[in-house]
Amino acid sequence: MRYIIVLVLIFITYSLNAEEWEDQSIFSSGSTNQTLRILSSTDTSFFEPILKSYLIDNPATKIEYLVTGTASLDKIFRNTPEKYDLVISSAMDLQLKLVNDGFAIKIQDSNHPSWAKWRKSLFAFTIEPAAIVINKRAFANQKIPQSRQDLIKALRSRSKFFQNKLGTYDVRKSGLGYLFATQDARTSETYWRLMEVMGGLGTQLYCCSGDMIDDLISGKIAVAYNVLSSYAGARKKVSDEIEIILPADFPTTMMRTAMVSKLAPNVENAKNFMLHLLKTQLKPADKNNYTLPPLLLKPGQQTIILEPALMTYLDKLKRQTFIKEWERAIIQ
Amino acid sequence: MKYLLVEDNHELANAICSRIKFDGHVIDHADKLEDAIAYSNTGEYDLIFLDIMLPDGDGRSFLKHHRDQKKDTPIIVLTARSQVSDRISLLDLGADDYVTKPFDHAELQARCRAVLRRKAGTAQTILQFGDVAFNPLAGQLSIRDKMVNLRNRELRLFELLLNARGQIFSKQKLIDRLFSLDEDVSENAIEVYVGRLRKHLEDTSLKISTHRSLGYRLDDD
Amino acid sequence: MTNTIRISGSLRNRLMITLISGSAILGIILFFIVRGYATQIAQDGQDNILKASLSSILDAATIQDGLVEVDFPYASLSMLDTDLDDRVFYAIYQDGILLSGYKGLPAPSSLTGETRTFQTIKYKGTFARVANANRILVGERGRIEISVSVAQTQDDLSRTLNSISKNVAVFGAGFFILVAALSYLATSTTINPLMRLAASIKKRGPKDLSPFEKEIPSEMVPLVSSLNRLMGRLDLSLKQSEDFIAEAAHRVRTPLATVRSYADATLQRVSKSENREALRSMVRAIDEASRAASQLLDHAMITFRTDHLQKEYIDLIDLVQDLALRLSPIAEMKDVKILVNYKNPVEIHGDFILIQNAIRNLIDNALKYSPNEAIIKISVGSEPTPYLKIHDGGPGFPPDDIQNLTLRFTRGKNANGIIGSGLGLTIAKDVANAHNGRLEIFNHKKGGACAILSF
Repeated sequence: MRYIIVLVLIFITYSLNAEEWEDQSIFSSGSTNQTLRILSSTDTSFFEPILKSYLIDNPATKIEYLVTGTASLDKIFRNTPEKYDLVISSAMDLQLKLVNDGFAIKIQDSNHPSWAKWRKSLFAFTIEPAAIVINKRAFANQKIPQSRQDLIKALRSRSKFFQNKLGTYDVRKSGLGYLFATQDARTSETYWRLMEVMGGLGTQLYCCSGDMIDDLISGKIAVAYNVLSSYAGARKKVSDEIEIILPADFPTTMMRTAMVSKLAPNVENAKNFMLHLLKTQLKPADKNNYTLPPLLLKPGQQTIILEPALMTYLDKLKRQTFIKEWERAIIQ
Repeated sequence: MKYLLVEDNHELANAICSRIKFDGHVIDHADKLEDAIAYSNTGEYDLIFLDIMLPDGDGRSFLKHHRDQKKDTPIIVLTARSQVSDRISLLDLGADDYVTKPFDHAELQARCRAVLRRKAGTAQTILQFGDVAFNPLAGQLSIRDKMVNLRNRELRLFELLLNARGQIFSKQKLIDRLFSLDEDVSENAIEVYVGRLRKHLEDTSLKISTHRSLGYRLDDD
Repeated sequence: MTNTIRISGSLRNRLMITLISGSAILGIILFFIVRGYATQIAQDGQDNILKASLSSILDAATIQDGLVEVDFPYASLSMLDTDLDDRVFYAIYQDGILLSGYKGLPAPSSLTGETRTFQTIKYKGTFARVANANRILVGERGRIEISVSVAQTQDDLSRTLNSISKNVAVFGAGFFILVAALSYLATSTTINPLMRLAASIKKRGPKDLSPFEKEIPSEMVPLVSSLNRLMGRLDLSLKQSEDFIAEAAHRVRTPLATVRSYADATLQRVSKSENREALRSMVRAIDEASRAASQLLDHAMITFRTDHLQKEYIDLIDLVQDLALRLSPIAEMKDVKILVNYKNPVEIHGDFILIQNAIRNLIDNALKYSPNEAIIKISVGSEPTPYLKIHDGGPGFPPDDIQNLTLRFTRGKNANGIIGSGLGLTIAKDVANAHNGRLEIFNHKKGGACAILSF
């Protein structure tokens, strides 16, 4: 490699328009004349390999990668769409509504599978099922539940043990959490029963997967419901205390999506990056390099569908109704 | 000779008849087709002159009728029509020969002679004058049974003098009769022919006598 | 004789242009009608789905604890999914106040009862089809009017319409090409009877003026009956001409014959030399007149005939011998012999009457100019081409005049005293030319005139 990539990681904490970023990093090589501002909900460590591989091909680019939660991401972007080139989020519903509201531009020749894109503007690039993650020790010598039904049974049978030892997304705060919950709810009544059981036993509510997994590993909670299996998987490589279970009854699978802002300041660069991202994600996972799960469906696997109906649960009235019911179930 | 003339134009008919009679022949005249048929049925003619365009019918039907009746009297057609348009020749219809009007009498005579010669049967009249035998139809002269080769004019001169034996013909008259009108002939030519004929008739009873300033005459001694 | 025919347009072209332009116009009209119809149907399709979605949302409206709840199913928006991912907008109003959904969608006018309206509007930068409906909910606190609007962009609709348009256009083009081909066929079929008529006219012989017997289509009846009438008039006119010529011949010749006969007769009786001279002159004049008349009439007939040769196979030797026989009495008068010699049979393809006439004229000439007791030699052969050679024993052609002798009415300087009209050689030459042959005249080195007629 003729070019020596100098990775300068500058951790700057400053308030910019009263925004607090979970993470803010700049990736570049020495001399730059192109910029790229990416607004994302994906942890930097997960996205780094892709950014690095992009810089190899486009060395004169400076990438500013900003991370925040899915809900605030949506709000921030709606306020100032002209400040960001790319918007990447795991909240498929919020992303689709952004595109429906006219915030994205079309990329014509993406060669991307039709089920993984919407209006040639929103592009899915991962396949990530929601999982039940358990602390191994909590289920030592116990049958490990394979489905939601199993989990309900398991929880009921050792109700004393599991008191306040359960965790799930606070759907009021997490966009992804809300998505998973609503998709579960529309699929089957089992979800509400599970919520009621969990609520009755006492459940911790988290804003993000990371925190949930931390508490699982430490043992503060024994079961986390609707955790991103990819995150759990990444953590499992490091600490093997957890077990990841993909529910057999109905697996709720989300796709991480990306779009280019219509008012992007660097449209061409953004398009380039998008194509690079999509190309990378269509290849099978590199076992050595730790990246996001690729966009490859296993036989028979189904994801949440990219369609206008995703906006259903974003409806004000419906959201009110759902959250009321959810609160009633999980918070007792 | 006995002729029948079928011609509707009277003036022409008179002219022809008078000319034929001058030669010493007999000639009847019919001016209509039905008369012609009547005449030909009743009379025996040596030759018929037929005008093609008749008031009461086409002369061709007479030809047809004549042939159907299996009559063998020779017919010479007098026609005023142009030959170019009549592809079906009169000869095919049964005429023996034809002349176009106006015709030269000499030509008519020559054609009559030719036609009659052709039609001559086995029984032919031969005129005998001592050693001289003459077949008028065939136009053959033989002396002491030997054929004499006569030129045409010599033959005609002989016939002329023979038919009017005892008559004197002036040189002028002979020229008129023997030469066509457009031939410029001097009286010498006649002397030549007479001389030749005399030579042939040497030692025969027929003699051509010269009558000073009057003409020639054939005498049978 | 051919006129340059002035051409103005073409029946075939006219027919084809009419058919093709007619079908083109019809095709275009049809295209727009079908497209309009397709648009209507496609729009109805979209409207039906919007209607269903609308219904499902409206039906989900309830009053719970005095508050309006519209818990519409996932399917309400799911059914609005299209292949081209059309955007979807909706709005829920309660008594004119927006409860949830998108701002700016037209709300139905305040009507009571359940009515549905459809309209196409411009929304968020594109065209969208909006369906509106109302419903009255009766609660404890009185009546509440719920209005719902559901809208969908028309990307998919447009694509469908475009593909329909394209298909219709392709079909239209195909139809048009077919019609063009059909037009060509129809035109040919229609024009064919005309062409056949022309061909059958062409096939007719020169003298065939008989009316047409074959069956013809009714539209051609005026043409063909006019043609028949024309040919009838032509035929009549020709016959009248022929009859006229024959009549003229007869009327001219008969009196001439009368005069000549009388003159001839009178000459025999008259002895005075000046009377004789007078009569001889008369006869010569009559002969000239009649010969002139004959040759003029012959020449006229021949000129007419050379345009319409009636060709057949002719045995040349037979023809010559026949002529020699026919002219032998005249030859005999001058003691002139006509000798015909040949080696092999000679056949030519030509008009019998013209050739007979030409040869007769040449033999006639030879006879006229031969002195007494001369010999006329006629040889007939076929190398290199069929030919006829007449060599007379006369004085020959006047050498300086020889070029002009074949011109009309030219007589040689040595023709004095010989009655003729000067047309004999002309006729022979014209006949030769009509048969792509030629007439050569020259003086034989042993004396006498020579004429060679070759085909």
